[in-house]
Amino acid sequence: MRAGLRRFARNRMALAGAFVIFCVVLLTVTAPFLFPQGAFSLAGQPLQPPSLRFPLGTDALGRDVAAGVAEGARTSLLIGISAALSAVLFGAAVGGVAGYYRGPIDLLLMRMTEFFQTIPAFLLAMLLVVILSPSLLSVIIAIAAVSWPGIARLVRGEFVALGGREFILASAGLGASGPRIIFRHLLPNCLSSIIAVGSLLVATAILLETGLAFLGLGDPNIMSWGLQISAGRVSLRSAWWVCTFPGIAILLTVLSINLIGDGLNEALNPRLRER
Amino acid sequence: MSGIVLDIQDLTIGLPAGADRSSAVQAMNLTLRAGEVTCLIGESGSGKSLAARAVLGLLPGPRVSVTSGRVLFEGQDLVSLSPREMAKIRGARIGMIFQEPMTALNPLHRIGRQIEEVFRIHTTLGATERRARVVKLLADVHLPDPEKIARSFPHQLSGGQRQRAMIAMALALDPKLLIADEPTTALDVTTQAQILHLIHELQREHGTAVLFITHDFGVVADIADHVAVLQKGVLVESGTRDAVLNTPQHPYTKTLLAAVPRLVVPDRPPATPGLVVLESVDVRKSYAAKGFFSRGRSTQALDGVSVQLHRGETLGLVGESGSGKSTLARAMTRLLPIDSGDVILMGEGITHLSTKAMRPYRRQVQMVFQDPYASLDPRQRVVDIISEGPIIHGTPPAEAHARARRLLGLVGLDPSAADRFPHEFSGGQRQRIGIARALAVEPDVLVADEPVSALDVSVQAQVLELLADIKAKLGISMLFVTHDLRVALQICDRIAVMRHGAIVELGPTAEIFAAPRHPYTRALFDAVPGAAWSQGAEILTPAE
Amino acid sequence: MRRWRYFGYRLLLALPVVFGILILNFFLIRLAPGDAASVLAGESGAATPEYTELLRAKFGLDRPLPEQFVAYILAALQFDLGFSFRNDAPVSELVVARLGPTVLLMITAYTFALSIGTLLGLLAAVARNTWRDAVISVATLICYATPGFWLGLMLIVIFSLHLGWFPTSGFENIAEGYEGWDRVLDVARHLAMPATALGLFYLALYTRVMRASMLEQTGMDYVVTARAKGQSERRIMFGHMLRNAFLPVLTMAGVQAGNLIGGSVVVETVFGWPGIGTLAFNALQSRDLNLLLGIFFISACLVVIINLIVEILTVFLDPRIQA
Repeated sequence: MRAGLRRFARNRMALAGAFVIFCVVLLTVTAPFLFPQGAFSLAGQPLQPPSLRFPLGTDALGRDVAAGVAEGARTSLLIGISAALSAVLFGAAVGGVAGYYRGPIDLLLMRMTEFFQTIPAFLLAMLLVVILSPSLLSVIIAIAAVSWPGIARLVRGEFVALGGREFILASAGLGASGPRIIFRHLLPNCLSSIIAVGSLLVATAILLETGLAFLGLGDPNIMSWGLQISAGRVSLRSAWWVCTFPGIAILLTVLSINLIGDGLNEALNPRLRER
Repeated sequence: MSGIVLDIQDLTIGLPAGADRSSAVQAMNLTLRAGEVTCLIGESGSGKSLAARAVLGLLPGPRVSVTSGRVLFEGQDLVSLSPREMAKIRGARIGMIFQEPMTALNPLHRIGRQIEEVFRIHTTLGATERRARVVKLLADVHLPDPEKIARSFPHQLSGGQRQRAMIAMALALDPKLLIADEPTTALDVTTQAQILHLIHELQREHGTAVLFITHDFGVVADIADHVAVLQKGVLVESGTRDAVLNTPQHPYTKTLLAAVPRLVVPDRPPATPGLVVLESVDVRKSYAAKGFFSRGRSTQALDGVSVQLHRGETLGLVGESGSGKSTLARAMTRLLPIDSGDVILMGEGITHLSTKAMRPYRRQVQMVFQDPYASLDPRQRVVDIISEGPIIHGTPPAEAHARARRLLGLVGLDPSAADRFPHEFSGGQRQRIGIARALAVEPDVLVADEPVSALDVSVQAQVLELLADIKAKLGISMLFVTHDLRVALQICDRIAVMRHGAIVELGPTAEIFAAPRHPYTRALFDAVPGAAWSQGAEILTPAE
Repeated sequence: MRRWRYFGYRLLLALPVVFGILILNFFLIRLAPGDAASVLAGESGAATPEYTELLRAKFGLDRPLPEQFVAYILAALQFDLGFSFRNDAPVSELVVARLGPTVLLMITAYTFALSIGTLLGLLAAVARNTWRDAVISVATLICYATPGFWLGLMLIVIFSLHLGWFPTSGFENIAEGYEGWDRVLDVARHLAMPATALGLFYLALYTRVMRASMLEQTGMDYVVTARAKGQSERRIMFGHMLRNAFLPVLTMAGVQAGNLIGGSVVVETVFGWPGIGTLAFNALQSRDLNLLLGIFFISACLVVIINLIVEILTVFLDPRIQA
């Protein structure tokens, strides 16, 4: 693991990604001080182009786009990370049970996983948010509910592959209990893949979140990038900046997380190390 | 003496910085003549495969390349050829076959098309003519129903058939030189014998020079005219087969030869049969075939096997792949559920015990596995690996760790090894750690599943010695699974020969060796590479 | 012969998925706070108590749950997905009418993403570690991180508002009354930007998969064999590696079918493309839950069909896959 982190540190692209994410985190922490009046408040004349006072301009309601981008960062990171984390925990549990116990329960769980992988994820997320009524929690639940199948298949695959390895057999032969084999041998050996894929999941979760918010399915009381873009659509013809800057924020954040994820994958996954 | 086909002069192959040595092959000289088979023998990492690939310019990428020397093929230096000129020689004048015929064939193309490709590249033959030639080639390598084989995909053939197809492809244009890179290592002994015979036959027929890479002196004895021994990239000895095998000059060759298990039964005090410690009664196990349409078709891995292991003896389970020997070993340790029958340990039936109820019995039977790379948890330190068993069975961790360190000494490792991770050890050392892990719970029975087949021959001898030593010292009974009759003869008191999930012959080692009753046992003995030489015959009759 | 039986088997496997979505739908309605009838009625904008009662009777919501379930499934099997009060039309009719444009958009985006993605991946792998590889990799990374709806808006800003090359929205210019090839061209002009906005993410994905897959094939033994036969590098690449490397891309395309439909919902919304995405957005605005569930069901069926097609293609490309 430590050698893996050292390899990660040598990957310049991944480091650049980590730096951008560090800046985004810094932005979310300092937002209350930089924009004490908040993102929803009327800050100036509507639809002002970028200027010294409003570096990213104002929207049709006279709200500061920069303040929105700063607050949206917090929303996106919060939702992205919690949804990805929930998906990883749930997916790992499903995949772990299927991969360790095999047999009929494996068949059942994997059919279920394939089912959730087949159905249109975004539509299901939309439905869930509509039914649970839009709020921070319902968005997180909806995104987690459509993101876990990938992790489940990964963990199941790793467990099955490792389960056939002789060191697992040796452990079983020594009389090790199921939990001991799972937590002492199987999980530590696939943790690096879970971390790598899980970090990429954060990026997909953020893309899903912005998509939902764009359709008006975000929490209406919380500023988010998707909401900003959706609000800026009507003034697209006259004020390009309202839509453009939140989008660039999404792009940079997602790109950076992907870079980190790729870097982790390359550093922790020995099979890719050759490339 | 016939003409020189290949003349390797001062060949040096550089390795990238950070490898364990600066060059894979160091100033190698080797001459191959038409109609002769030259074996290049060496242990893993000796550079033998790279040397062979260098001849065809197939070294992997820019990091590994020929740094100096010449490879003269019919007087032309291959090293200095342009890629285009080299491509004209490959396949047409030099053919090559590989170790693993499954991966060496394109899985998406039919066999016929892959062989035909050689004609497409190098000749102007028409389609009909090409197809006729392919069928003839397949017939020449004695494949049944060549028309059908030509229409088959690689995955539809057996390993031996695939290797025959590879040979047909390599010899399609009657090349002057054939390079064979461990072509029989992935095959069963009986198939290996057939393939060796085929190569020999075709090579004599066409007067082809053969560069044959191998790690097995038995194979050398069977097929070679000349032998060259490679140690860590340096050619330490070369000469005619009989000279090298019978009067080796270099100390490395001598060590290697001494380590090769002979096809003889060593003098051993007859084992006094004790009580039965582990027994299988009519054990059956079948694997349901995968897929929807193959319902009903299932493989009978164990077909009613009954076998008894007595206290203090070593019982060998010998057979080819798919014979069920490993399945039986795992069934008898309850690592694999069985369909019917009983496993009895020290007089008690353990077949249907739950994981929890089984735990106290676990410490009495321990396994040593084949692959020293897969059998140790890569994320655990050696001391944790060895002490896991005692800790599971209630030994306080401190005491278990102390015992683990003592055990390292017993298996011939330095106690300082305890705090390191498995990847820091060589294959042989890992196998010792695996043995220490098994011994840590003080078992009565050791089940060793091909414990030496993944190891180089010199390491193999040491591990076998260690096992015999431990068995004598601790009075353990051992079930020893192997595909190698030579190894079985060395270490086992009794041998059970398995085929298609059943035991076809079972008896004391000496008896089975002296007078095998079952035809399959006889076939196995006949197929052992270098059988005659292996039995200690001083000189072999000239191969002609 | 075996091949066709295999397809039959896969078709059989697809049925539980369709059935599963029906079950999921059934429970999703009941997951909503308040009883299903008031959800169905209230959200549709005409929530008098009598009307709610009527709905309750029509959907059998006054009967016990198992009975409701059977009734629901039976109706669905007859393609009766309920009624959209907001649109005053049966759900199935509404959705089917909008299927055409969505399928057209998806096929275009798929074709665009698969062909160019495969090509770029191939190019990047061949030119590995050169500037060409670097350019392709960076472009892929950026496309892979761009949300489709935002990309769509930016395309509108640049190509419609500033350059005036493409129309901002719609399926065709009805006012002009084009016919024949003129009409095809007109639709194509409307299609270009939505298909790009939708396909670019997948293009990036397939490029990445193809590049990695090609590099993996480079190390395979059969490539060495082909080289040992004297085959040229060009032919090794196109004759041997390409098909092997394409298989994971195709698998990925199948897996992503569901996401492509999700993506088309947002992209259609941006471009006012008259497909089921826009329909879904309108249903969303009016909280027409029953219509949304119907759209969900039919898109899932569409995904199942796409998966079957991918399956069939895979079987033709890979002889190893057969029962």
